[in-house]
Amino acid sequence: MISVLTERCKECGMCVTVCPTKVLEIGSVRNRRGYRYAVPAHPEKCIGCRLCEYSCPDFAIFVEVGAR
Amino acid sequence: MAVGHPLDPYLRTDRLPTMWCPGCGLGVVLGTLLRAIDRRIREGRLRRENVAFVGGIGCSARMTLYPLFDSAHVIHGRAIPFALGVKIVKPKMKMIVVGGDGDIAAIGGNHILHALRRNADLLVVMANNMIYGMTGGQLAPTTPRGLYTTTTPYGNPEREINMVRLAAALGANYVARGSTTHPQLLEQLFYKALAKRGLAFVEVLSTCPEIFGRHIDFRSPVDLYLELRKRIVVKAKPSVEESDYNWEKGFVIGEFVDKDEPGYIEVYLDYLSKALEKQPS
Repeated sequence: MISVLTERCKECGMCVTVCPTKVLEIGSVRNRRGYRYAVPAHPEKCIGCRLCEYSCPDFAIFVEVGAR
Repeated sequence: MAVGHPLDPYLRTDRLPTMWCPGCGLGVVLGTLLRAIDRRIREGRLRRENVAFVGGIGCSARMTLYPLFDSAHVIHGRAIPFALGVKIVKPKMKMIVVGGDGDIAAIGGNHILHALRRNADLLVVMANNMIYGMTGGQLAPTTPRGLYTTTTPYGNPEREINMVRLAAALGANYVARGSTTHPQLLEQLFYKALAKRGLAFVEVLSTCPEIFGRHIDFRSPVDLYLELRKRIVVKAKPSVEESDYNWEKGFVIGEFVDKDEPGYIEVYLDYLSKALEKQPS
């Protein structure tokens, strides 16, 4: 399961780029700082590689493998 | 459902989000470093209260402000002597010096030379974004030749410094280069470096889309990230001669030097005990 801590997201788009199965998308809702945060649009495609978690510079995204 | 990030126990969460620009590679460097520390703490090889961060000035040195460990933010370029001072007084400490290319290779250049020469027991992490980011994008010694910066609008005529060769030449125990585009490999390098005695030097190629990317037409974080990833060459056991640092030929990452010679503190304490024996009582 992918969780996004929306208030930390800065809309850099790194997680969307590194995801090999294109689970994530930049959403349309803005957070308190005006950034449109990433949302897991297709969570069923997640293979649990945690590349998004490793590549997020703002500690805003994390994956719990096996907890769907 | 968990509510917090797995690294939250190691972060001063009240200071988040970080002050870094969107897409800055420094967050990845800090994240991988904390994961490596977490692994070492779980193994029992490292005690949490013995870890301390020291940083100088620059965006990269702001890395000392976010982890929930003892940390010091000292004057520009002087993080290494500060850390070595702490290490001599408290040899149990694991001192981690974090800094940018400006802090460690440029203004602190002399300090890194002598820390390397002494094989001082520190972990030096140099986040290399190839530019002076915080001050507005001036030419750094690490800027590859031919690239545009604020102060070189017609391209950089200078040769770039290859810190891996410098560190290997002066005899550091562990010399590695990683990249934020390969975070799992970077975590492995930090993990190994944390257990070394003597000086462990890890250079991390990082992205600075806001300042570095804007002058070379990679303004968005993703563009610069993909461009850097294209130019990274991963080698399993590269020799120091293979440590290319070149925008055209690519940047070789991997583990260049891994040896186990006694560090400065060990030798120093040995000499100290000998000197105390000789003292007339």
